[in-house]
Amino acid sequence: MQRIGVFVCHCGTNIAATVDVGAVADAVRGEWGVVYAADYPYMCSQTGQRMIIDAVKEHALTALVICSCSPRMHEATFRRTAQAAGINPYMIEIANIREQCSWVHKDIASATEKAIVLARAAIAKVHLNTPLTPGQSAVTKRALVIGGGIAGIQTALDIAEAGFPVDIVEREPTIGGKMAQLDKTFPTLDCAACILTPKMVDAAQHENIRILSYAEVVEVGGFVGNFHVKIKKKPRYVKEDLCTGCGICTEKCPQKQVPNAFNLNMDTHRAIYIPFAQAVPKVAVIDPDACNMLKNGKCGVCARVCSAGAIDYRQEPETIEEEYGAIVAATGYNPIPMDAFDEYAYSLSPDVITSLELERLTNAAGPTQGQLQRPSDGRHPHTVVFVQCVGSRCSADARRGKEYCSKICCMYTAKHAMLIRDKYPDTEVYVFYIDVRTPGKNFDEFQRRAVEEYGVHYIKGMVGRVTPQGEVLRVQASDLLNGRQMNVDADLVVLAAAIEPDKSARALATKLNASMDTNDFFTEAHPKLRPVESPTAGVFLSGTCQGPKDIPETVAQASAAAAKVIGLLSKQTLLGNPCVAQSDPMLCSGCAQCAGVCPAGAISYEDKEFRMPDRSMKVRRVACVNAAVCLGCGACTVACPSGAMDLQGFKNDQIMAEVDAICK
Amino acid sequence: METKMNQKLSLLREEILRISGVNPKKCMRCGKCTGTCPAYHEMEYHPHEVVDFVDRGEIVPLLDAPSLDRCLSCMACTERCPRGVEPSKLVEAVCTVRQRLRGGYTFSPDDIPARLDEDMPQQLLVSAMRKYRK
Repeated sequence: MQRIGVFVCHCGTNIAATVDVGAVADAVRGEWGVVYAADYPYMCSQTGQRMIIDAVKEHALTALVICSCSPRMHEATFRRTAQAAGINPYMIEIANIREQCSWVHKDIASATEKAIVLARAAIAKVHLNTPLTPGQSAVTKRALVIGGGIAGIQTALDIAEAGFPVDIVEREPTIGGKMAQLDKTFPTLDCAACILTPKMVDAAQHENIRILSYAEVVEVGGFVGNFHVKIKKKPRYVKEDLCTGCGICTEKCPQKQVPNAFNLNMDTHRAIYIPFAQAVPKVAVIDPDACNMLKNGKCGVCARVCSAGAIDYRQEPETIEEEYGAIVAATGYNPIPMDAFDEYAYSLSPDVITSLELERLTNAAGPTQGQLQRPSDGRHPHTVVFVQCVGSRCSADARRGKEYCSKICCMYTAKHAMLIRDKYPDTEVYVFYIDVRTPGKNFDEFQRRAVEEYGVHYIKGMVGRVTPQGEVLRVQASDLLNGRQMNVDADLVVLAAAIEPDKSARALATKLNASMDTNDFFTEAHPKLRPVESPTAGVFLSGTCQGPKDIPETVAQASAAAAKVIGLLSKQTLLGNPCVAQSDPMLCSGCAQCAGVCPAGAISYEDKEFRMPDRSMKVRRVACVNAAVCLGCGACTVACPSGAMDLQGFKNDQIMAEVDAICK
Repeated sequence: METKMNQKLSLLREEILRISGVNPKKCMRCGKCTGTCPAYHEMEYHPHEVVDFVDRGEIVPLLDAPSLDRCLSCMACTERCPRGVEPSKLVEAVCTVRQRLRGGYTFSPDDIPARLDEDMPQQLLVSAMRKYRK
C-alpha cells in the first residue's frame, strides 16, 4: 500500500480565494492511504518544495498528490522535487484545482467540494502508479537537410560550423533555390547572386557538408536521434568526380531547343547543360527527355568533346542509405499557377508575366542579359503595370487562390518598380494594390522611396481585367481613393503571384510523419514558443516550407533550426518519455487498428511465437510500440478493440479508479 | 491646342508646388487631414483630394472650386499629417495661384508689418488678406 502525502497549494489567491484550501487538506486527511496532508501559499516555491521533501522523509511517503495548477505548468517541477526526495518521479499526481476549478467557479462552497473530489480522484490514481524509468537512446551525430535553397544552405552551414556532419539533399542539379534566380534583394538592393553564391561555395567547400544534388528522399524510418533515410540520386549521365564544369559540351550539343527552367522557360539551353554560371556543384547534366543519344542512341557529341571523359550515358540511379540524428525540412515555395486568374490575360499575352519572370528579365544572367524587354517583340516597355495580391488573400469560397497574405510581394513589387524607374526613367510605372504591407526593418521607408523619390504611381484598387489590344495591354482598374475607374494602356503587366509550398512537401511530410496545415505548410510544434520544430521529435523546419517569408526571416529561421539541431546532436543519449503505449501480446489480435490511428507512426507489427494450450507453437502477428517514437497520446488505447494496448502512467485501471473516485 | 493647355496646367502645377514648398508624393493617402478638417462639410474637395489633384496635375477642378475659400486656415491638417505633407500650404498656394490668374493684387506689402503678430502664423495673415481684401 502507498503512503501518500497530499499538498494543497493556495497559489496566492488564485486558488485560495475560491477554494477553502484548509478544508481540502482536512477532507483528504482521512482518505485511505493518506498519511500526511498540508496546505501552503506557493507549493512551487523553494520553501514549498522543501516542505514536500521534509514530509517525505518524516512520514516515509511513497507517493505524492499535489493539488495545484495544471500539470502543464509545474508537473516537471514536482517530478524533480519527488526525485530530490528519493521517490520515483512518476509516483506523483497533480490534481488541477486552479484552471479546472478555482478559475472557473465563483461559489466557494461548490468549488471547495469539487477540489476535494479532484484530490480524491488523484489519490485513487496514485495508488496504482508504478515507478517508471525513461528509456535511453543513442544519437547519430549527423544531420539531414532536405532542400538546398538559402534556408537549407544556412541551416547546413550553421550545423557544420558546430562540428557535425550534414548532408544537403537537393532535387535540382544545383543548390541555390529561388534566391539564385532573383536579381536584387530588398531593402538594400544588393545583388542576390553576390550574397548567395559565397554561401553556396562555403557549403561546397565545408568539410562537414556533403551536397547530394539531383537527389530526393525516398524513404524515412526510425525516430529522433536514429533516423534511417534512403536517398535516390538521379542519373546526371555525367560523372560528378570527373566533370570540370568547363562547359564545352553545353556549347557543342546539337540539341538546342530545350526550355531553360532556370530562366522560367523564357529561353532555351542544350540537352546537356549547367543550370547557371555559379552552379554548385558545377557539373553538367543531361536532360534524358531531350538527349538524342539517350533517346535513340544517335549522337554522342558531348562524350567526344569532353576531355575529362566525364560523360556516362549508362549511369543508373543510385540509392544512398544513411543514418541521421535530426532532419530539417527546407523545401521552399513556388509561385502559384496563373491558370485560374485569366482576367489578367497571362495565358493570352507573353507580355503579361509573373514577378519571378521579371526577376529573370532584369537579371544580367537572364534571357535578355538584364535588358528589360517585352517578351513578345523585344521592345522596351514604356508603361509597366504591376498587380499585387494575385491569388493571395482570396477567401476559401472564392475557390481560387490562397487565403493567406504571401508577405513578400509588397516589397519585391516596390523593388521592381523602383529599379525600373531608376534604370529607365522614361517608363511610367503603376502599382495597383489592396493594401501595402511592409512591416520589417527599413521596409516601409523603402516602399515610400519608390513613391517619393522614384515617382511610382501607387493606386489603391485592383485591376479588373487586362485585354490585349494590338500591341498594348488595356488595363482596366479601379482607383478607389478617387472613386473612378482607370484605363491604362500598358506595354508590360507584372503579376505578383501568391506563393505556395513546393508540391514535394506533402509527400515528404508523410514520410517524416510531420503535420501540415490546410495550405500544405509544415506545422510548427508551437506557433509562438517552438516555431522551428515540427511536432514530430527530431524534425525541424527551415524557411518558407513553414510559411511565407522573405530572405532575412528565412535566414533567421534557418539558423534557429540549426541551433535546435545542434542542441539535439550535442546530446550523448536521449531520454524518452516513459508514459508511452505498451501492447500486451497475449491480448493483441494484430488487427492493426492502433497503427491506423497512431499520429507518430510508432506502431509496427512483428511475428511472435506463442505456446498454445495443446503445447503446439503458433506464430501470430502482434503490435509492437517503439517507445522512442510514441508520443503518449493514447489514441491507440482507445482504438484497440481487445484492450491489449495500454498507456504507461495512464493505464486503463488508473483512469477507471479516478472515475470511480469522482462518482463515489 | 491640347498640348498648350497641358503645358499651361503643368506650369500651374509647378507654380503651386514652388509657392507651397509641398511634395505631394510624400502623401500616403491615410486621410488624416480630411479626418481632422473642421470645414469638411463646407468643401467639395477635401484636403487629401487637393493633395492628390495637385499630384496628378488635375488643376482645373481646383481653380473652379469655390470651397477652397472656405478653408479656415486653422492648419490642423498640417499639424497632424504623419508624413509632413502640409496640405493647408497646398490649399493656400492653389488660392494664391487662382488669385493671380484673376489678376488680383489688392494689398500693398507696406500694410503687412503693422499686421504682424509674434504668435500668428504668417500663413494665416496671408490667408486673411485673401479672404477679406475687399
